[in-house]
Amino acid sequence: MRLKLLGALGMAVFLAACSDDTNKGATTGTGAAAQSTGVTPGSEADLVANVGDRVFFELNKNNLSSEAQATLDRQAAWLAKYPQVTVQLAGNCDDRGTEEYNIALGERRANAARDYLVAKGVAASRITTISYGKDRPTATGDNEEAWAQNRNSITSVR
Amino acid sequence: MRPSDLPLISDVEASLLATHFGRRALLGAGAAATGVLAMPLSALAQAAPGAPGAAEITVDQARTAPIPIVIPVLGGDAGQLVSSVISGDLGNCGLFAPINGALPVGVPDFGTYKSLGARALVSGTATTGAGGLRVEFRLWDVLTGQQIQGTAYTAGAGDARKIAHIIADVIYERLLGEKGYFNSRIAYIARSGPRAHQITRLAIMDQDGANSHYLSGGQWLTLTPRFSPVSDQLAFMSYANNRPRVYVLNLATGRQQLLGDFDGISFAPRFAPDGHTVIMSVTRGGGSDIYSVDLASRGKRQLTSSGAIDTSPCYSPDGSQIVFNSDRGGTPQLYIMSAGGGGAKRISYGNGIYGSPVWSPRGDLIAFTRIANGSFSLGVMAPDGTGERILTQGFTVDTATFCPNGRVLAFCRQTAAGAGGAGFSSSIGTIDITGFHERSIPAAGMASDPAWSPLNG
Repeated sequence: MRLKLLGALGMAVFLAACSDDTNKGATTGTGAAAQSTGVTPGSEADLVANVGDRVFFELNKNNLSSEAQATLDRQAAWLAKYPQVTVQLAGNCDDRGTEEYNIALGERRANAARDYLVAKGVAASRITTISYGKDRPTATGDNEEAWAQNRNSITSVR
Repeated sequence: MRPSDLPLISDVEASLLATHFGRRALLGAGAAATGVLAMPLSALAQAAPGAPGAAEITVDQARTAPIPIVIPVLGGDAGQLVSSVISGDLGNCGLFAPINGALPVGVPDFGTYKSLGARALVSGTATTGAGGLRVEFRLWDVLTGQQIQGTAYTAGAGDARKIAHIIADVIYERLLGEKGYFNSRIAYIARSGPRAHQITRLAIMDQDGANSHYLSGGQWLTLTPRFSPVSDQLAFMSYANNRPRVYVLNLATGRQQLLGDFDGISFAPRFAPDGHTVIMSVTRGGGSDIYSVDLASRGKRQLTSSGAIDTSPCYSPDGSQIVFNSDRGGTPQLYIMSAGGGGAKRISYGNGIYGSPVWSPRGDLIAFTRIANGSFSLGVMAPDGTGERILTQGFTVDTATFCPNGRVLAFCRQTAAGAGGAGFSSSIGTIDITGFHERSIPAAGMASDPAWSPLNG
C-alpha cells in the first residue's frame, strides 16, 4: 500500500512538472479506457488510465463519432464523481492544413467536446478550451496513422 | 545590431533621397544621431555630367537575361564586406549576374568591361575611420561610359552591411526603374527541439539572413509575426500564460503589449496599410470572427459574424478591401469583402482547399496556400480570382509574405517527418512571383512564419 501510494505521488509530481504550454498526458494518454489501479482517484493519471483523455476527429471535421461520444460519456460521469475537478480541453490538428486555419479548427474541436460535456451535465464553468492548431502533434510521423492521432481534443486536469 | 540602433537616413539633399528611400526614411531624418548620411559625389571629369543612366532594362527582361554587372572588391578596409553584400543581394535576386573584376582607378577602361559582356560597373571605397564608416560608391553604364550614380555615405562603423544593402537598392532602382527591397528585414519564428513540442522564439534577420537574433524567449508557443508597414512594430500571437492572444512588440523599445481584450483566442494579426489598426481573428463557439482593433484607442470593431471560421485577414494595399479565409461555404476558401465588413465574395475556385491569403503591395496579386491531394502549393491569383498560377509545391509550403516591392515572396517550407519526427525540417524560402528563382534563406536552424518588413524597415 505504501509503495502504491508513493507511485501515485511520483506520477502526480511528474505531471505537475509538465509546463502549462503542453498537451498534458500527450505521450501517455489513449482514447481507450482500460481499468488501472495505482493512481489517485480524480487525478490526471486516473483520467488517462481509467477514463480516456482524448477523442479523435476525421480530416477537417469536428463531428463526434460514437467512439468519441462514449469517451466523453465516461469523462462526464467521471467529472460528476469528482466535482472539484476542472479541466482544459485542448484541440489539435494534423499538419495538413494552414497554420492559422488550424488554430481555429482545433478550437472548433475542443468546443465540440466541451458542448457535449455540458449537454451531459458538466458545468461550463469547469471547462476551459484552448487550441494548439498543428503545433503540438502527439504522433510525430507524417502518415495517415499519425495524422489520425493528431486530430483530437485532449482533456487534462487543471 | 540592435533594432534601436538602426540608423535612419538623414540627408542633405532631399530630392536625391526622396527618389531612393521614400517618405518614411525622410520623416526619420534628424532623429538619428548616428544616421546614414548620403552625399552626391560629383561625376568624374571625363564622364558626361548629369548622365541619366538607368532603367532601360525591365524586370521581365532581366529575369530572362540577368544584367551582367561588374562588382569588384572595393577599396578600403571594409571594401571586401561591402562588395560581397552588394554582390550577394544582386545575385540572389536573380535579376543580376555579378562579375568579379579588378577595381578600376579613376575613370574605368570601359572597353575591357564591355568585352566581358558587362552592362554596368560598380566602383568605390569603403573605409572605417575615427568618424565611422565612409563608403564612396559610383555606378557606371559600361555601354555609354557614363556615371549613373555617385554617392558618398557616412555611417556608424558597424553599418557596413546596411550601407551595402542601400547601395544594392540604388543599383536595382537605377537599372530596373523600380524600388529594390534589399535594405529590409524578415521577422520569423525560430524553431528548435523535438517535433512534438518545439521551442518557438520570435526572431528577426536581415533579408539576406545576416544579423539573425531572437526577440523572445522560448517559454511559450509563439507564432505569426507581422510587420507594421509604417513603424518599427511587430504584431504576433503568443500563448503567454496559456492564453493564446495577439500582442504588439515595439522593436525600438522592446515594449510588448496585449492587443484587444477578447474572451476567445485571438490570432492571425495583420496591420492595416496606415498602421493604425490591426485586423485579427477571434474564436467564438466553433467558429472565428474577424475584428479590427485600433492601436491608439484599443477600440474594437467586429467585421464578420458568419459563425464559420473566418481567419487570415489581409488588407488590400489601398486599405479598401480585405481578403480572408473562410469555411462558410463548407470548405476553407478565399473571400474578399469591404474593409468595413460585408459584401463577402468567394474568389478561389480551383481544386482543393485554400488558405493564408496575402495581398501584394502592388495590389494586383493575392498569394495563397492551396492544399489538394495531401500536397501543398503556393500560388498567386488576381484579386478577382482569375489568373491563378502555382509557383511552387511541397509537403508543406505556407505563410507567404511579399517583399517590399512585391516582386518576391518569402514562405515557410516544411518536410515530412518519419517515425519519431526524424526528417522534419522547417525553413524559409523565397521565390519570384513568376515562379522563377526559388532559393532558401540560410537562417540559423529551423524557421517558419516569415514576415517581410517594409523597405528601410
